[in-house]
Amino acid sequence: MEAGRVPEAMPLALSERFKEEMRSRPWLGAVGVIVVIFLALVAREGLHDVAQTGLNGLSLGAIYALGAVGLTLVYGILKLVNFAHGDFLTFGAYMAYLVNVTWGAPLVVAIFWAMLMTALLGILFERLLWGPMRAKQAGLLQLLLAAIGLAFLLRAVVQWFWGTEIRTLDVNTTSSVEILGLRIGQTELIVVIVGMVVLLAVGVMLRMTLLGKRMRALSDDLELAETAGIDTRRVILWTWIFSGALAGLAGVMAASVTSLYPEMGFELLLPIFGAVVLGGIGDAFGALAAGVVIGVMTEWSTLIIEARWKTAVGFLVLLIVLIVRPQGIFGRAKTI
Amino acid sequence: MTPDPGMIAPLAVSFEALTDPDFWISVGVLAGIYAIVALGLQVNTGFTGIVNFGAAGFMAIGAYSMAILVVETGFSFWLSLPLAMLITMLFGVLVGLPSLRLRADYFAIATIAMAEMVRLFAQNARGLTGGNQGLFCSHDDPSNCYANDWRDVSDSINDFVSNFWSDPAALFPLLIVVWVTVGIATVGLIYLQRSPWGRVLRAIREDEDAARALGKNTLLFKLQSLAISALLGAVGGFFLALNLGTLHPIEFEPLVTFFAFSVLVLGGLANYKGVAFGAVLFWFVIEGTRFIDLPDPPFTETRIAALRLAITGLLLIGLMAYRPQGLFGNRQEMVLGE
Repeated sequence: MEAGRVPEAMPLALSERFKEEMRSRPWLGAVGVIVVIFLALVAREGLHDVAQTGLNGLSLGAIYALGAVGLTLVYGILKLVNFAHGDFLTFGAYMAYLVNVTWGAPLVVAIFWAMLMTALLGILFERLLWGPMRAKQAGLLQLLLAAIGLAFLLRAVVQWFWGTEIRTLDVNTTSSVEILGLRIGQTELIVVIVGMVVLLAVGVMLRMTLLGKRMRALSDDLELAETAGIDTRRVILWTWIFSGALAGLAGVMAASVTSLYPEMGFELLLPIFGAVVLGGIGDAFGALAAGVVIGVMTEWSTLIIEARWKTAVGFLVLLIVLIVRPQGIFGRAKTI
Repeated sequence: MTPDPGMIAPLAVSFEALTDPDFWISVGVLAGIYAIVALGLQVNTGFTGIVNFGAAGFMAIGAYSMAILVVETGFSFWLSLPLAMLITMLFGVLVGLPSLRLRADYFAIATIAMAEMVRLFAQNARGLTGGNQGLFCSHDDPSNCYANDWRDVSDSINDFVSNFWSDPAALFPLLIVVWVTVGIATVGLIYLQRSPWGRVLRAIREDEDAARALGKNTLLFKLQSLAISALLGAVGGFFLALNLGTLHPIEFEPLVTFFAFSVLVLGGLANYKGVAFGAVLFWFVIEGTRFIDLPDPPFTETRIAALRLAITGLLLIGLMAYRPQGLFGNRQEMVLGE
């Protein structure tokens, strides 16, 4: 820190010290912003309403976070901006629909099936498309447009088999639970709990296991990792498995708390991108935290603006972060 | 995409309609509109190296500004056109100022978010845009519609045409005007590209740092590039508005941007002449699916729509994986990013 070099007799002005602090620990700034928003809302609307909407936001946040972790892994490791990730969510949701509604199996089975199928989808296109394109050293534009083509293809498949009508999973949408005077739907509560548990498990996996270490090595420098003797092909496949399975889970969750339609995933994609960028690309923990933050913010916004505008919150966060701090709250400015 | 009135005919009719000039004219109009938008993307992506995913947003700003100026504020249609172009270019510059400093992939995400914000605004600012109900005529004065003045011109063109063609298609005048615009824009851009200004754009695409080292204000050039595509997006938006007769936010989905990108990469990057060709080919393939004689079960309307989406997706994937330079592009000229 530069502050150390300043003589004692001339203490830094408070604003200068503040700036220094912000530079070294940017996430503190983010926490500060959230606290200020929280206090302002409490002052305006009362604690109960803020806590209630915040609680509502947690299930949305869990969905964003699950989607964002998968997206950020692929983005960080393969440098691929997977615009098809939203449609991975859609695909997972419809896979669950197939098992849960068409075949009448319990939702738990449907969730595992959806995660499995979406993970397989990830592997399939790694083998068919992304691997070969990487081998040909495809440029950024090529990868972007191929991902968008894939997004359309997946949406077309969903639309072919299930049409455009709005569908719902067979979940309990009526009963709710009361905690400390706050109400949350039973399904929402399950979504929050499952989401948090899975995200923590993924976080621990990335931190503690050899695979997680290797993933981070690839994320830093793929060629160097290969030189160091890491079987990059294997790690990349695992990346797709995680990304796909988490996307599938997020899709089922989104479908359980709302509904299914072919564009559902694409509509979730931009707030998920928001979480990825806010958290810092390639940073799974950042994506996790940022996803929850964006979900809660989205619901908080309904306290001051009409609910139909709340989708704008995710976009706004994305745009503001891109403009103000594109490296995210935890990231370093090296590549931006 | 939007079905034109003439196209809602039952699917099984097929081959009769193949010889129907109305149908091909409406396809030609769509192709022309997308050629104009894709020309703007060519300036950005093909020649400046900035991946602009916000074309639909520019189209929406252009179309809605024009319609709102005419319907809500009572401007004349002809005055509203240049004003709406100006508004859209200003909007493009405002979007570009903060976002053009970003890395290419971030810029792409930022522009698509911008376009979605515009659409969200059009959906929800109901007082101004009519929301999902659509915008076509004034609330207070139902006879004041944005397309009125154009209809008069269109009718007089068709009056003249009817000297040679007994019963001219209703969209024929729009077809002419759209494709004249495509021609002017293509020629104009080719000349602009040959100028020193155009060479700076290419220099930025190849190596922005080198261009900056030569003393060029690259941000300024990129802003100008974005303003041109905003202008062309606005013009595309006008024609789309005239073609539709009613503006709905759903007409400006991100899908529209990516249709334009399909047109662009089909024609080839860094080649203005290829754009018109790509547009015609793309739309004839996409709309052609309406005329393959497919039996109704299993080929329902939604499934045909899905088929078109699948074709677009496969086209993008196939081109990017196997022939990224498109039909007439130059492979050496499409290296973007690191």
